[in-house]
Amino acid sequence: MKKSKSQTAWRLTLAAFLCLAGSTALQALAASDASNVPLSDGWRFAEQDGESLYRASCQGCHMANGEGAAGAGRFPPLADNPRLASAAYPVYNVLHGLHGMPSFGKYMSDEQVAAVVNYTRTHLGNRYLDAVTTEDVKKLR
Amino acid sequence: MPNTISRRQLLSLVGKAAGGAAMYQAMSSLGFAAQSTYTGPLQLQGAPKNTTILILGAGIAGLVAAYELRQAGYQVKVLEYNKRAGGRAWTLRGGDEYAELGGARQRCEFDQGHYLNPGPWRIPYNHHAVLDYAKRLGVPLEPFIQINYNAYLHARRAYGGKPQRYRQVQADYHGYVAELLGKAVNKNQLDAPLTREDQEKLLESLKSWGALDKDYRYQSGPLSSDRRGYDINHGGGLMPAAAPSEPLELKELLQSGLWQKLAAGSAQEFQSSIFQPVGGMDQIVQALYRQVRDLVQLNAKVSKIEQGAAGVTVTYSDTDGDGSPRQIKGDWLLCTIPLSILSQIEIDAGQPLLDAIRAVPYENSVKIGLQFKRRFWEQDEHIYGGISYTDQAISTIGYPSTGFGHPGKGVLLGAYIWGPNAYEFGALPPQQRVQLALQQGAQLHPQYPAEFENGIAVSWNRVPFINGCFGAWTDELRAQHYNNLCQIDGRIALAGEHASYIPAWQEGAVLSSLDAISRLHARITSKV
Repeated sequence: MKKSKSQTAWRLTLAAFLCLAGSTALQALAASDASNVPLSDGWRFAEQDGESLYRASCQGCHMANGEGAAGAGRFPPLADNPRLASAAYPVYNVLHGLHGMPSFGKYMSDEQVAAVVNYTRTHLGNRYLDAVTTEDVKKLR
Repeated sequence: MPNTISRRQLLSLVGKAAGGAAMYQAMSSLGFAAQSTYTGPLQLQGAPKNTTILILGAGIAGLVAAYELRQAGYQVKVLEYNKRAGGRAWTLRGGDEYAELGGARQRCEFDQGHYLNPGPWRIPYNHHAVLDYAKRLGVPLEPFIQINYNAYLHARRAYGGKPQRYRQVQADYHGYVAELLGKAVNKNQLDAPLTREDQEKLLESLKSWGALDKDYRYQSGPLSSDRRGYDINHGGGLMPAAAPSEPLELKELLQSGLWQKLAAGSAQEFQSSIFQPVGGMDQIVQALYRQVRDLVQLNAKVSKIEQGAAGVTVTYSDTDGDGSPRQIKGDWLLCTIPLSILSQIEIDAGQPLLDAIRAVPYENSVKIGLQFKRRFWEQDEHIYGGISYTDQAISTIGYPSTGFGHPGKGVLLGAYIWGPNAYEFGALPPQQRVQLALQQGAQLHPQYPAEFENGIAVSWNRVPFINGCFGAWTDELRAQHYNNLCQIDGRIALAGEHASYIPAWQEGAVLSSLDAISRLHARITSKV
């Protein structure tokens, strides 16, 4: 089976560091690559702005550019998605989940839900300019 | 103030003080703990001739159903999406390839004999159904070590980031709680109906439970050091005399939050004894699979489930072939496909079942396995099996419960991630997840960077056959949908951990399956 390019590169890099510089280099490598990844603390998302929240909560399934993915089922694309035209639809789904999507209501404030929905509806090829307010989110919670 | 205390108040007080652990112990001894509903092997008899039951999914629920229904005399056919049977009861070993949604591919580089269980990794003593299948199929089990008093509790902002031994945190926490409660009793500060005699018994129990001295104090000395360990251990010959250790300060211990994890092993499913199959969790499903192999079609992706008066029809495609749609017919259907996938498949069913299928959200979880050149946790730190906990995203370091003292390599569970962190990790490339696990794990074990060899990371939301980890029911969702999900709808019944009160555990999947096929069998035989 073939490996992805990125994985091969990682293994080569790792091997090079281990051979040339020993373990200290690995530590430096691990620290430099990993330390700038923002992580939440506990059971609430720490990220506040829409893009960071998208990376933290949506990207794992809907992917970096909202392209979605398919296996036994699929993760629908968020890019160019006409179902985002109605703001209530993504707000409700983020809060409560649907078709196996997690419910993020317990992990996010109304402000965070509004921010991530507004980001998604104005990026990834979507141009829905009627912004969601925290009041809108509160009503659907 | 009255010098008596009610039993409920005592339980509540002890529960609050000891972070729930003592509360649970007390409740269990009062007989409140739940019992398993498994009553032994199914005895289904009298299947009508030439009756076909289709089963969707060859995880443990589907495999158990296939095994039992064939024994009952049914014609059985199983469709499975993966190229292997077992579903979430999955073990990754050296040489295994794994491609996740989004396209990232990983190859497990573990040495022979080492493995990671990305899904279930332990079997509690009271998961009677799973244990019974292991016994009936001859799958050898070994102890899974849950609590290790020599493992670590770690919080970034406690004790300068230095991990503390579980033994010391527990001994000191119990000791101080016992001392405080003893003081309250001795000063008649308890406000409920405990008789003088009850109070004397309580004091006696506190002395024993908390390792208090004759004056009900918890302090440095042989009593406390027998629990928390000595600075200089007992030796032989002319070795130096033993020296007791100094308990942690009460205030700092409270503020550390480390006591939060003391109750982790107190829930019934984490009480000794706990087991694991020798060689990996997939050994039970593989043993089941060997029994029903001829019934199972792998690489079958289901796209449509129809039912009518005459029977059921399932449309699927062979993911290993040309992908063109095929159909298979049966009289009845048991569907064990996770709801996260089933909710995207066209299915003929009544509205209550459809609503239930689409309503259940799935949670994510991430597990990361790390191979090291040597078992430094044993050699340097005397940690043999068990779990260390940290307040970092990785949350858990699980030490292997097998191969103790082996001079060669070792594989740790380097992360078991929940909540927001699980989604954040899931969004990262697998190698970056491994890097983060290394960086965080090194806060507990500085040997990490020098000893690390390779790792593999599974984020369940990117696992192509399920899109998530398990059905995350809430009380409200259960009240609204659970019964509808479990009812037979025409010719279709559902099973799996999502159709149980034991979510995310194999036992839930097995009990759900046994219950569903028993009801199906009753329905079928009553119609003939």
